[in-house]
Amino acid sequence: MSSKDIRKAGTHISQNEGLIFEHSSPGKKAFRLRELDVPSVDAASELGSMLRTDPAPLPEVSEVEIVRHFTRLSTWNYAVDHGMYPLGSCTMKYNPRVNEAVARLDGIAGAHPYQPDEISQGALRIMKALSDQLIEITGMDAITLQPAAGAHGELTGILLMRAYLESQGNPRKRVLIPDSAHGTNPATAAMVGYEVENLRSNERGMVDLAALEAQMNDEVAGLMLTNPNTLGIFDEQIAKIAEILHRKGGLLYMDGANMNALVAKARPGDFGVDVMHLNLHKTFSTPHGGGGPGSGPVACKRHLEPFLPKPVIAEENGELRLDYDRPHSIGRVRAFFGNFGMFVRALAYIMANGPDGLRQTTEDAVLNANYVRKQLEGTFELPYSTPTMHETVFSDKLQSKLGLRTGDIAKRLIDYGFHPYTVSFPMVVNGAMMIEPTESEPLEELDLFIDAMKAIAREAIEEPELVKNAPHSTRLQRLDETAAARKPVLRWKPEEK
Amino acid sequence: MRYLPKSPAERRQMLDAIGANSIDELFAPIPAEFRLNHELNIPRQMAESEIVEWFRARAAENGSGYQMLLGAGAYNHYRPLVIDSLISRGEWFTAYTPYQPEIAQGTLQAIFEFQTMICELTGMEVANASMYDGSTAAAEAVMMAMRITGRHHGILARSVHPEYREVIATYAKYQGLPLSEVAFTENGRVDLAALDAAITDQTACVLIQSPNFFGTIEDVAAVAEVVHAKGALLVVSIAEALSLAIVRPPAEADIVSMEAQSFGVPLSYGGPYAGVIATREKFIRQIPGRLAGQTVDRNGKRGFVLTLSTREQHIRREKATSNICTNQALVALMVNIYLDVYGREGLRGLAEQNLAKAAYARKALGARGKLLFEGAPRFNEFVLQTAEDSCELSHRLADKHKIVGGLPLRKFYPELGNAAVWCATELTSREAIDTAASEISQAPAGGHAPAAGSAALPDLAGSEVKR
Repeated sequence: MSSKDIRKAGTHISQNEGLIFEHSSPGKKAFRLRELDVPSVDAASELGSMLRTDPAPLPEVSEVEIVRHFTRLSTWNYAVDHGMYPLGSCTMKYNPRVNEAVARLDGIAGAHPYQPDEISQGALRIMKALSDQLIEITGMDAITLQPAAGAHGELTGILLMRAYLESQGNPRKRVLIPDSAHGTNPATAAMVGYEVENLRSNERGMVDLAALEAQMNDEVAGLMLTNPNTLGIFDEQIAKIAEILHRKGGLLYMDGANMNALVAKARPGDFGVDVMHLNLHKTFSTPHGGGGPGSGPVACKRHLEPFLPKPVIAEENGELRLDYDRPHSIGRVRAFFGNFGMFVRALAYIMANGPDGLRQTTEDAVLNANYVRKQLEGTFELPYSTPTMHETVFSDKLQSKLGLRTGDIAKRLIDYGFHPYTVSFPMVVNGAMMIEPTESEPLEELDLFIDAMKAIAREAIEEPELVKNAPHSTRLQRLDETAAARKPVLRWKPEEK
Repeated sequence: MRYLPKSPAERRQMLDAIGANSIDELFAPIPAEFRLNHELNIPRQMAESEIVEWFRARAAENGSGYQMLLGAGAYNHYRPLVIDSLISRGEWFTAYTPYQPEIAQGTLQAIFEFQTMICELTGMEVANASMYDGSTAAAEAVMMAMRITGRHHGILARSVHPEYREVIATYAKYQGLPLSEVAFTENGRVDLAALDAAITDQTACVLIQSPNFFGTIEDVAAVAEVVHAKGALLVVSIAEALSLAIVRPPAEADIVSMEAQSFGVPLSYGGPYAGVIATREKFIRQIPGRLAGQTVDRNGKRGFVLTLSTREQHIRREKATSNICTNQALVALMVNIYLDVYGREGLRGLAEQNLAKAAYARKALGARGKLLFEGAPRFNEFVLQTAEDSCELSHRLADKHKIVGGLPLRKFYPELGNAAVWCATELTSREAIDTAASEISQAPAGGHAPAAGSAALPDLAGSEVKR
């Protein structure tokens, strides 16, 4: 394989490692139990027929093997700490270390959710401070931190919408969702008992206002809009969109997945949004953790506040408490108060930034995306010429003529030392390549990425097989996903002897 | 700003390359009337040392070093230090969902190991990569049962965690899934006769919790018999996962929904935790959430991928099994590491210590009040009725002794009077138990001791959930 253009990455030895079960041998251990300061009991007499007679065959391994196992496995992952992770709409930004440190302080990590309010003032203060600051950032009036992730926030937001409309006499039947939306949007609307009606985009990648006018009526509860949308385009007709919905009694839900384009530059509460969710793991730097935990606070305008999940935080004489007396609440969406550990991290991030830092962050995110767009324009097809904000979407149109698709180019990027962009999404673009650099990338890293993309475009012409069969430098080559789904093997089993 | 890797000159250079005169030009797509022309009204930028100081002060307000006699869905177990040491590697915590398996084998293999361990613990055949928590896992399990059976009615045991029931009610509300509740008996277990009467030919599933909210271990096999005889599915919710090390696994269940927080996850004021759903292989197409599966690469080498994704929202959109996307991967990794540390022998030993501590606490505290729901086995929790108001007792224990006492039950079960659910784990000291017991006996005058044998017993009638 030609490697002259691969400047960011080199190959290095990685360790082979089996499944943890394959290290197990009876009698090995990684624990020592405490001395018991009370009389021991006979489990059989305590539990009777409820006693487990055959212990779960968990691995028996030593501490050093555990440390090596998970260290070796970790080296097979690509992560933000390695470099640019331009997964569009996922906002893979830097995860500050102070966030991790403060979330692990004893009084914070060790707090029980049901400990009395008088010894929870610190936790409640953290929730209150984060709530206040997120309200200011979004320009909304009220907030709940309870939802555990973005999709969970969507569920909460659409429940709020439905509860409000019900209080107005008619919950209505349908929710409008643009064709560029995340899959979570229609899945969410269905969970709240709404039919999903597709709303088409215009040639500029924005909501087709005429279609919206035509489709909006008193059967429609509202619109779920991502703004900027998944093409990275801020819908400049946003006020008009809100006006069309509101005129006919509907509500505007904003999917806040792309808030990294707006923080400290514009506020959804100012442009007609009634309810929205935030992704703390995207915009507010809490780590993605290999697929969670996330956190999806939902902010809303005053008219939706009575319906927020309970409890809400109340303040009396300087003391904070949890208020459960919320007769109009949609109820709970999660036990306890949400992913509290993520609140701590998000708040630490906001404090580290302050108003000027948040503004500069958003500016840099938009600057980075526009720089990448400018440099790659011409090399890759840009399906929409409309200006974009924090992410940019190309298509594989030019390369597909050579038999290479967005997925092939993505796999080849791995050899160049990058995590691929988001592949084949949004679906409004055939062969989409959705790139979100975030503010965390230095110019040097962006240039390496741009060079890599250009080199791959050249390879597509000169050595298409190289791209087609990528990646070449990873421990494993392309995996057989069809076989995995046809005959699922979802757990390890000991070999039959 | 210290997280931003650019100099002013580099920003200028990039703007020049783009052909923009100023950064404001890039924000021109936002109509001018909506562009903020002032800074946000939030606190100023702070130094790292100031941030640490601020959170230390909050941690101090929370109070640390309290002895914990409280569980009720969140359990204070020791967390081996290797957990945080390992998950603090950037390769784990700064990666995302393993969409690109060639550079995510670490995460994928760890999920596969997690799924295996959950199967081994629960007696189920398959488990998913994780759900948000035990409450949402329970709600998703009920929805799943509805899809499998095509029936539209759910029954929840009243001894299921009250907040889990609230979450299920929220999820079920617009799914055309009326819910009803079934009572518990004097020994704290689900009332089988009432359950038998409550199941109709439209009942999709019955959800019980074991150990239940009172700490009582349900006779899962007996419940399953009643449920299956009527063609419904049994969902077993588990909030105290450590119980699985010593209590018979709920192998007769059709779906197990679980909260795995006990396995090495910090209490963290209620989250993040890790839910999980496990089930039988035949129901796999209806399970929500991510699944890691084994496969091979082009050279025949073993590897792992996310699989069966046609169930999921990014493919199926409004017809998906759930809207879940991001789950709790890093927390599931903590669980994996924890279960490796304790392993087959250690987890059993730990569970035995919990049994011993809880037996001691039950005896010590039981002498100062009335133990409810005796007569069925329990793991590490029990319910004690006292003369004194449970909330006042709880405040006094915290104030005087730095002890977090049992959870007062009046809010959820008014019929139980001054009762609280207490918990003892391997970390609860004998001294703390003795201190709590002596404090109970020092109740201020004026309290009414429950008359012997006449403790307010639960209302045995199943009650409809308000719609």
